Amino acid sequence: MAPVFDYAPAPESRSVVDIAPSYGLFIDGEFTEAAGGKVFKTVSPSTEEVLSEVAEASEEDVDRAVRAARKAFEKWSALPGSERAKYLFRIARIIQERSRELAVLETLDNGKPIRETRDADLPLVAAHFFYYAGWADKLEHAGYGANPRPLGVAGQVIPWNFPLLMLAWKIAPALATGNTVVLKPAETTPLSALFFADICRQAGLPKGVVNIVTGDGRAGAALVAHPDVNKVAFTGSTAVGKEIARTVAGTRKKLTLELGGKGANIVFDDAPIDQAVEGIVNGIFFNQGQVCCAGSRLLVQESIHDELLDSLKRRLSTLRLGDPLDKNTDIGAINSAEQLARITSLAEQGEAEGAERWSPACELPENGFWFAPTLFTNVTQAHTIARDEIFGPVLSVLTFRTPDEAVAKANNTPYGLSAGIWTEKGSRILAVANKLRAGVIWSNTFNKFDPTSPFGGYKESGFGREGGRHGLEAYLDV
Amino acid sequence: MSDARLSVLKTYKLYVGGKFPRSESGRVYEVTDSKQSWLANAPLSSRKDARDAVVAARKAFGGWSGATAYNRGQILYRVAEMLEGRRDQYVREVAAAEGLSKSKAAEQVDAAIDRWVWYAGWTDKIAQVVGGGNPVAGPFFNLSSPEPTGVVAVLAPQESSFLGLVSVVAPVIATGNTAVVIASEKAPLPALSLGEVLATSDLPGGVVNILSGRTAEIAAPLAAHQDVNAIDLAGADEALAKELEIAAADNLKRVLRPQPVDDWAAAPGTDRMTAFLETKTVWHPTGSLGASGSAY
Amino acid sequence: MPTTAPHALSDVTASDSTLRRFLHGLPGVDAVGLEARAASLGTRSIKTTAKAYAIDLAISMVDLTTLEGADTPGKVRALGAKAVRPDPTDRSTPSTAAVCVYPDMVATAKEAVAGSTVKVASVATAFPAGRAPIAVKLADVREAVAAGADEIDMVIDRGAFLAGNYSKVYDEITAVKEACGTDARLKVIFETGELSTYDNIRRASWLGMLAGADFIKTSTGKVAVNATPANTLLMLEAVRDFRAQTGIQVGVKPAGGIRTSKDAIKFLVLVNETAGEDWLDNHWFRFGASSLLNDLLLQRQKLATGRYSGPDYVTVD
Repeated sequence: MAPVFDYAPAPESRSVVDIAPSYGLFIDGEFTEAAGGKVFKTVSPSTEEVLSEVAEASEEDVDRAVRAARKAFEKWSALPGSERAKYLFRIARIIQERSRELAVLETLDNGKPIRETRDADLPLVAAHFFYYAGWADKLEHAGYGANPRPLGVAGQVIPWNFPLLMLAWKIAPALATGNTVVLKPAETTPLSALFFADICRQAGLPKGVVNIVTGDGRAGAALVAHPDVNKVAFTGSTAVGKEIARTVAGTRKKLTLELGGKGANIVFDDAPIDQAVEGIVNGIFFNQGQVCCAGSRLLVQESIHDELLDSLKRRLSTLRLGDPLDKNTDIGAINSAEQLARITSLAEQGEAEGAERWSPACELPENGFWFAPTLFTNVTQAHTIARDEIFGPVLSVLTFRTPDEAVAKANNTPYGLSAGIWTEKGSRILAVANKLRAGVIWSNTFNKFDPTSPFGGYKESGFGREGGRHGLEAYLDV
Repeated sequence: MSDARLSVLKTYKLYVGGKFPRSESGRVYEVTDSKQSWLANAPLSSRKDARDAVVAARKAFGGWSGATAYNRGQILYRVAEMLEGRRDQYVREVAAAEGLSKSKAAEQVDAAIDRWVWYAGWTDKIAQVVGGGNPVAGPFFNLSSPEPTGVVAVLAPQESSFLGLVSVVAPVIATGNTAVVIASEKAPLPALSLGEVLATSDLPGGVVNILSGRTAEIAAPLAAHQDVNAIDLAGADEALAKELEIAAADNLKRVLRPQPVDDWAAAPGTDRMTAFLETKTVWHPTGSLGASGSAY
Repeated sequence: MPTTAPHALSDVTASDSTLRRFLHGLPGVDAVGLEARAASLGTRSIKTTAKAYAIDLAISMVDLTTLEGADTPGKVRALGAKAVRPDPTDRSTPSTAAVCVYPDMVATAKEAVAGSTVKVASVATAFPAGRAPIAVKLADVREAVAAGADEIDMVIDRGAFLAGNYSKVYDEITAVKEACGTDARLKVIFETGELSTYDNIRRASWLGMLAGADFIKTSTGKVAVNATPANTLLMLEAVRDFRAQTGIQVGVKPAGGIRTSKDAIKFLVLVNETAGEDWLDNHWFRFGASSLLNDLLLQRQKLATGRYSGPDYVTVD
């Protein structure tokens, strides 16, 4: 009998990133302390180690940042598009140069595996800046009129699940179109945005064009409510999105929202089964399931339920959970104690409501925030875990009998962000895709992203699109 | 005396689900011309009328959004044909409603009919203008297409009783949405007459539903309705618009805020269509011709 | 008749039409997804102790191969010596699994590896084209077996397969299996580069296993595209699923194009995470290769000494 092929630890080096013991707010090209001098700690979710102390922006600081952005707007928006483009190209290049450092940083602050930050987050971040850089001097060809104008100051609030990527999705199109920004990163993942501030410095970006205010929901609320903000862009929970929509009601602020989801991943009996299993795994365990477009509801045709579940369980048993900096880790840490509590509670509710819970044998580290990959079978549309967004590595398995039923169940949610279709039959893909009420549909693949591809939801998953030509609209006066 | 024939008056009714009901409330309100002379008793729609209209609009959505764009274009063009046939009637109604001379009213009606024709031609072009393939960096075919957002509540402009109405209703349905329309409060008659045209234009019942009454009263339940996907606030004043936008946040309706319109006859652009479109992006692997990797 | 034991799938080979229906009913393969999975497993980072283990395992899985028109007894003897003792400077280096030669070299090879664990594999059935009458192919096999071959690497009739004549391919494999007798294990080469599509490779894999293959093997090494991570991953899925359905374990041999230790380790990761550890043994997984061995030896020396080695420190044969 052969000894087991155990992979030795293969940790990425922490020394490529130098985290300062404290960071200020980045306003008008300078790092400054918060007006009240308040700070908060940011920890590594995989170890609970304190990484740094970060300034906590007050309403006064937010106002200072908005004023800096307003002041910068006049010159920035008057720059020829070709000049703005060059700044963005510079930023894209510097991100590429520093991508290893940023990947390690993101993994430390977020808890997601280095494999993902290295192979997904960072390449997409650079690509996004590269893509929108090229738009800056071609806006008159974008289909929004002969001379589309920027809106002014954009207030942007982003989540913790893809900190730097969400920053890129917000800042790249805003700057390309001539707006200036005040961005508030999530409370638990402020560091990569602060490193981005340094990239702006290296790129020679005029001061005040990008301002970063760190803090909690209160800073975000102050930014959204600020009377001199012309544009609000938010990615995060549906509950907060609704609150923001109420806040901007009656103003002239343009609003785009990218919110929650409960994506259905539909597997037909003629699916390419091994690839479908990979797609299901990628759909719900990528980034520990902390993805708004996660395929959190598996809708499997009843005739292949058992064999698919066998394959899926076998595959889940090969997932490697642990140190996010290890290059062989597939499943990292949950981002925060708060999020872990939410996942834990919803999973318990799933059990309490009679769904059958399964996880592969898997040892969780003692420190940090961890949750084993989890499957629930015997789930129906009536279960809470089939309706509420869990935002964690928890998959609910439901069955269907016919394509009609699959579509009806897939659409039976207030959300409408993503969906997956697995079948070898082309006409079925097109017919089902046509009927699904979701903004992004992956057929025979899942969780693919590209700067040229518009992303965003139907219904309560929000409105507006990010990415592609469509993503310009959110930042233009059209 | 022998010349004076007593005319036959029309009882104006709502248009809901392809039928012409009276208001469920059984109530009407007096509609007058610009000189305060009585024109008609219009139905005073209630919350329940609004609810019924949403049900009808939702029911019609699958068929209308699923119809071919060509078919929608044919039907919208048919609407324009029917309008043309009733041109004189609309000129009379608009002149009375808005206090315009016959020739000014005729300009409004002509512009409105032309606008139907314009939007009829858009049904099978908008997808090509706002959708398209995306050159993603990988072996994937990636296509973005516009899709109707669903049931749209439309507060028709208060001042422009017919051209304004047509300018907000046609773009909503051209792209496959269905609509619940609140007519101009003080000048609802052209809108209620439009229902009669729509009913005879092959437009499936429920695609457009027309209510008359107090805008604020009818709009409130529509803005809060969880099965309404979007709301066009063209006919709301500032205070009402804010109140409705707040209510609309409950299920994150797409909200088109009221914008000052100097001249409804001006070229509208595509904004009123794109405001009620969702972009759906579909990915599919392309792959190679074979496992051996085709090098061409 | 073939000697395979009756199993859960024995009825699918009952007739041409049942066989065709079964093969065409196998789940499709999405090429992009398959290649993405193979590439993703290729990013595993195998370091230190795991690397040392993997390198020794890979060496022990090599079918050290020479299949040239210019092969001579001298060349084959040298190959045999290298297979038995790959690194003369380090006796702890494992032997390779086998040497792989043409049938007329079997006897020479057998002598060269005598007394060791190294097996002698012989290509047969009119390798590499496979375009010969069945009688010639079977004679080829019998000669090799008679000369002492422990393993026979046959090629399938790709023409028959591509023409949809699955029964013909099946019958040929069963006939060759019979000719192998009870002692020689049969490896069935599909020439995946010629089958071209992943769907075909999956069908061929099941066809081969149904017909009694002990091993399924990607390629002859004589065409443009030979073993790739993706086609090997696909075949590993096939042997995994076949055992789940029938209880019969079948080996996998990627051949051709695997030249570096890094590549070999990627294949071992594919084995580990697809078929599982039961296949991490040279009874169930092989590399058909020639130049790979020296790179494995160089890497092995690097791990042992901490410094980079050079081609002058491994034997050239």
